[in-house]
Amino acid sequence: MKPQLADLEQISSAERHPGSELSLDGVTHSYGELTTLARLDLQVEAGGVVGLVGPSGCGKSTLLELICGLREPSGGTIAIAGSSEARDRLARCAFMPQRDLLLPWYSAIDNAALALRNQGMRREPARAAARGLFERFGLGGFEAARPAELSGGMRQRVAFLRTLIAGKPVLALDEPFAALDAITRGEMQGWLAAALRADPRTVVLVTHDVEEALYLCDRVAVLSSRPARIVAELGVSGRRAEDRDAAVTDPGFVGAREEALRALREGSR
Amino acid sequence: MRRVLLPAGLLAALIGGWQLATSTGALAELLSLEPYLVPSPAEIAQSLWENRGLLAENAWVTLREIVLGILCALVVGIGFAVAMSRWRIVRDAAYPLIVASQTIPIVVIAPILVVWFSYGLTPKIVLVALFCFFPITVNVLDGLRSVDPEAVKLMRSLDASPWQRFWRVEAPTALPSLFTGVKISVVFAPLAAVFAEWAGSSSGLGHLIQADTAYLEVARQFATVVVLSAMALILMGLAMLAERRVVGWR
Repeated sequence: MKPQLADLEQISSAERHPGSELSLDGVTHSYGELTTLARLDLQVEAGGVVGLVGPSGCGKSTLLELICGLREPSGGTIAIAGSSEARDRLARCAFMPQRDLLLPWYSAIDNAALALRNQGMRREPARAAARGLFERFGLGGFEAARPAELSGGMRQRVAFLRTLIAGKPVLALDEPFAALDAITRGEMQGWLAAALRADPRTVVLVTHDVEEALYLCDRVAVLSSRPARIVAELGVSGRRAEDRDAAVTDPGFVGAREEALRALREGSR
Repeated sequence: MRRVLLPAGLLAALIGGWQLATSTGALAELLSLEPYLVPSPAEIAQSLWENRGLLAENAWVTLREIVLGILCALVVGIGFAVAMSRWRIVRDAAYPLIVASQTIPIVVIAPILVVWFSYGLTPKIVLVALFCFFPITVNVLDGLRSVDPEAVKLMRSLDASPWQRFWRVEAPTALPSLFTGVKISVVFAPLAAVFAEWAGSSSGLGHLIQADTAYLEVARQFATVVVLSAMALILMGLAMLAERRVVGWR
């Protein structure tokens, strides 16, 4: 599937990504003797944004790699739009790793357009497709910059656009803002919320920041420490609101945060 | 400035001291030699000038041996390194042999190469290539293996074929190491070329320096050494310049 410029700009996500629902059914994963994930069940409807929070080392990143088709689970099935083949998951899910991993030998725009180039698009049309998004997402003027010349927040934006431009219905984001300072992180959360409002996708967001998960997601699953299982699922209201600061100080939001933290504490025992 | 002036000053002092030690005849006396066997820097410079045609002619021969030898080593070395990084079985089989082969003093092969390939250009290119094969192969393999596994995962998720992963991630990652290999090769290659010429040749700087022994042309021998060193320095400079241009992102 090669997204054209017109697709990226005009066609709504629902039309572009039919059947992007994700379902995990009894997913187990172990490295040798060590079981990291124990019979995990999770359903994400098409266009839904689900957050996964859990203690460090509980296997959140592994879970994302399983969802993306970069690994096979030891047990259970993971299906995107009904197919549990790793190859199909790889084709339908774009992975954003913890570090931005921008390639230093490419300019910002060539990094963002990497997936299009891999999908066989020539350099100029690929750049043209990425250029529109650069303008729209506050990176205009930095197309030719080398990654080393960008700030942490900008690198993260380019990394996210690279994931978005791949044109896949499901995005798997692994602690995308963990490396940023608190202020930039808040700004980036607002930015990501805007990006998802403009171009909705099915998203699985891994984070250890409860507030980030509650603000960005429709639903938050709290994982226990290893072997990880889901200990609580919280519905969230007022998600991805334009005014982030108002949203996160809302009494309902604060209550949900307390509840999530409590579940996290109990799950870590 | 300091980084240029200090070594330049030391070099000037050394040449000046040598000039003094030779023009007074002190060094020749110390070595119990006839003065014409211990040329002064001025005499060497004069020989350089007087023999410029001869030296240039022979330098061209040796330069060709060096450059063609390094190019051969690049082709074969990069090929081997890529094969070893791609297929584990190739690496497990070949790598220990490649490392162990370094215990062979390669220069002793030179006479055999003359037997096989006669006195022309071929045995020189082969010997230079044998010298340079190891630093290039080992460095490129190192570079290819230093690829970030997370970047490989990312590329897989972004629909890259193995070929695209190689050209867009692995090859650029290995480039700085490739240049390290080339720079080491530039140091070794003149040595290999001279040895190959000594084993049998009718031209080249190594041949010239050997032939001059019979005529006790010590000043010209020194001049030849100067040309050979200058050539190696220029090649190193070119390699560093190319490195800076090609891996500018570093």
